[in-house]
Amino acid sequence: MKKLMIGNEAVARGLYEGGLALVSSYPGTPSTEITEFLATYEGLHSEWAPNEKVAAEVAFGASLGGVRAACAMKHVGLNVAADPLFTLSYTGVTGGLVICVADDPAMHSSQNEQDSRHYAIAAKVPMLEPADSAEALTFARDAFQLSEQFDTPVLLRVCTRVAHSQSVVETGERTEVPAKPYQKDAAKYVMMPANAKKRHPVVEARTKALSEYAETCPYNRVEMGGTKIGIITAGTCYQYVKEVFGDTVSVLKIGMPYPLPRQLFRDFAAKVDKLYVIEELDGIIEQHCRDLGLEVVGKEMFSPIGEYSQASIAAAFGLSAAPSVTVDAPLPARPPMMCAGCPHRGLFYTLAKNKITTIGDIGCYTLGAVPPLSTVDSTLCMGASVSGLHGFNLAGGKAASGKTVAVIGDSTFMHSGMTGLVNIAYNASNSTVIILDNSITGMTGHQQNPTTGYNIKGDPAAKVDLEALCRALGIGRVRVVDPYDLAACEQAVLEELAAEEPSVIISRRPCVLLKSVKTAPPLTVAEDKCKKCKKCASLGCPAISIKGGKATIDKTLCVGCEVCVSLCKFGAIGKEGEV
Amino acid sequence: MKTTNIMIVGVGGQGSLLASKLLGSLLLDEGYDVKVSEVHGMSQRGGSVVTYVKFGEKVYSPIITEGEADYILSFEKLEAARWAACLKKDGKIIVNTQQIDPMPVLIGTAAYPETVLDELTAKGVDVDAVDALSIATAAGSAKAVNIVLLARLAKLLDIPYEKWLAAIEKNVKPRFVDLNKAAFEMSYQK
Repeated sequence: MKKLMIGNEAVARGLYEGGLALVSSYPGTPSTEITEFLATYEGLHSEWAPNEKVAAEVAFGASLGGVRAACAMKHVGLNVAADPLFTLSYTGVTGGLVICVADDPAMHSSQNEQDSRHYAIAAKVPMLEPADSAEALTFARDAFQLSEQFDTPVLLRVCTRVAHSQSVVETGERTEVPAKPYQKDAAKYVMMPANAKKRHPVVEARTKALSEYAETCPYNRVEMGGTKIGIITAGTCYQYVKEVFGDTVSVLKIGMPYPLPRQLFRDFAAKVDKLYVIEELDGIIEQHCRDLGLEVVGKEMFSPIGEYSQASIAAAFGLSAAPSVTVDAPLPARPPMMCAGCPHRGLFYTLAKNKITTIGDIGCYTLGAVPPLSTVDSTLCMGASVSGLHGFNLAGGKAASGKTVAVIGDSTFMHSGMTGLVNIAYNASNSTVIILDNSITGMTGHQQNPTTGYNIKGDPAAKVDLEALCRALGIGRVRVVDPYDLAACEQAVLEELAAEEPSVIISRRPCVLLKSVKTAPPLTVAEDKCKKCKKCASLGCPAISIKGGKATIDKTLCVGCEVCVSLCKFGAIGKEGEV
Repeated sequence: MKTTNIMIVGVGGQGSLLASKLLGSLLLDEGYDVKVSEVHGMSQRGGSVVTYVKFGEKVYSPIITEGEADYILSFEKLEAARWAACLKKDGKIIVNTQQIDPMPVLIGTAAYPETVLDELTAKGVDVDAVDALSIATAAGSAKAVNIVLLARLAKLLDIPYEKWLAAIEKNVKPRFVDLNKAAFEMSYQK
């Protein structure tokens, strides 16, 4: 049946059709929907794991147990899962194992734009890379076969423009693959030195065999057209190349970026006058050409930074751009911001007001870094707020620990904040960690996690008791505040910073976008009472704007959280009819 | 057959994903090759968002760049201006006249460009300015803004009226179908 699917849905469909029995993932844009769509299928187990390392290891266990398994993560998630990946390359698989990784060139929703293809090279595992949803489906489906045939995990790489673009797919039937009976094989699976030494040569031989396979595999293909220009390309760049040049150039389209074929490259290069490599991010295919001694134009013409488009490729070839209109009026930027009624706002206002240094983390609350609150001082990676705070406080002593906090969301705390908190208790820094518990994984679009009490299907599940957990990890001072209560927030923050021992503040209120959250009617400003002090605007709430010096509230946005009410000294904000 | 390029732009949270879903499904049923590129993640949180819808005999790139869009459907005034550079010389902008202040305007560090649609018109751009919020509200829900704007696009595309209504039935939750059909009709007739 013909359907429109985003690349991630197509990956899910392909894994399903390929006989997937288990998927375990941690959400991360642009990979999240792969697992969300898999959760809608019957006949397989799906779950959100606390982090990508756990997810990859769960998938490993399922493969060891004889079934086809997968995990999905964003590019930086693969850093977390890198430890199992590198040794999985040595053990190989029993049931087929596919590790889906979504790169984010241009950083639509990421902290860096690392190129995951380096992992395939470093870990010596094959990687497939589709260029649209139809390929995403077939590559994901057939990856299990490749995995089992070569006894290796397979990386399936998508980038944002494939992951989040809908294109036409043809769906098929699911292949039911019976589980292989478990047989102990310590020499293959117990990676202690004596065994691992015997597995490394197996990995090298496998890579050689895969390189041979790459010469004729269905993932790489030549499309001969005009022979003045030959372009080697992969992923979404293939689409841009075809859009610009159609059949006027010849194309070697790479669907398996590791390992790359040698003879196929040489033959293609011999058929064209001038060879170009067009690939986003790093010059990996280009380097392969250079290693083969081929003369090639690559990163000197195409940037290693950001995304490409048909326009950027046309411009690089000196083709003129289509005429367009530009507006002379200065256009204010529209950066993302915390929603009206966001529970994080009250806490961040408290930190900003008291000029607290804030070691931040990954999630919606990274938006605490943008004006007017501008509270966050650093954002590095998942969990780095808690461990970073410890180092910062040890470096700065009392002067630092008395006015510095870490902020981390509930899901991020489960992911990798816990271990940092153990370290704070164990190595005794006087640190104050604030867990922003909005009872959901927010930024990636509302996924359940171990603190919410529900699993991926929305069914009731074991719920981590954050207070008890923090105490069990060795923190004596643990308290809970409602971030809508500015006075309570300030008292908690100042008291815990003053205390002479490590502490945790749990700022608890569910994300206002959750369907289970009932919002209040919008508030209004009594114009005669507003004294133009603009105090309310310092909250950075999208519902509050200043018109002619006075505050107004947008009724379509306001959810009646009343944080601004407690801030107004003149009693000018309140419920309709009451102010 | 040439590819037709449509951009749907607005502010994260305005419901542009339903518009692109409906449009994509309708165009697929009409037998076209279709690509729809969406935005997920951080920029959805009140930021400037853009969705690309492309259809024709064979579509390659999922995105639309400078000077390529046949139509821009904008859920907000400022966003129409922000993406205007993507419009073809003889393209058309359909814009909801609603104004949503971005953060620099809210906190008083920048001014909202109130007359930006006039500037576009003065530069020869074909602008269809619609008070979509009022039409949607009159039809029963402010959330029907997306359908109101789609109805203006429907007048320009070579797809029968009934097919649009069928696409609404197919893509909108059953209890909202009548409301959205009403909003579509009101906007189409206007």
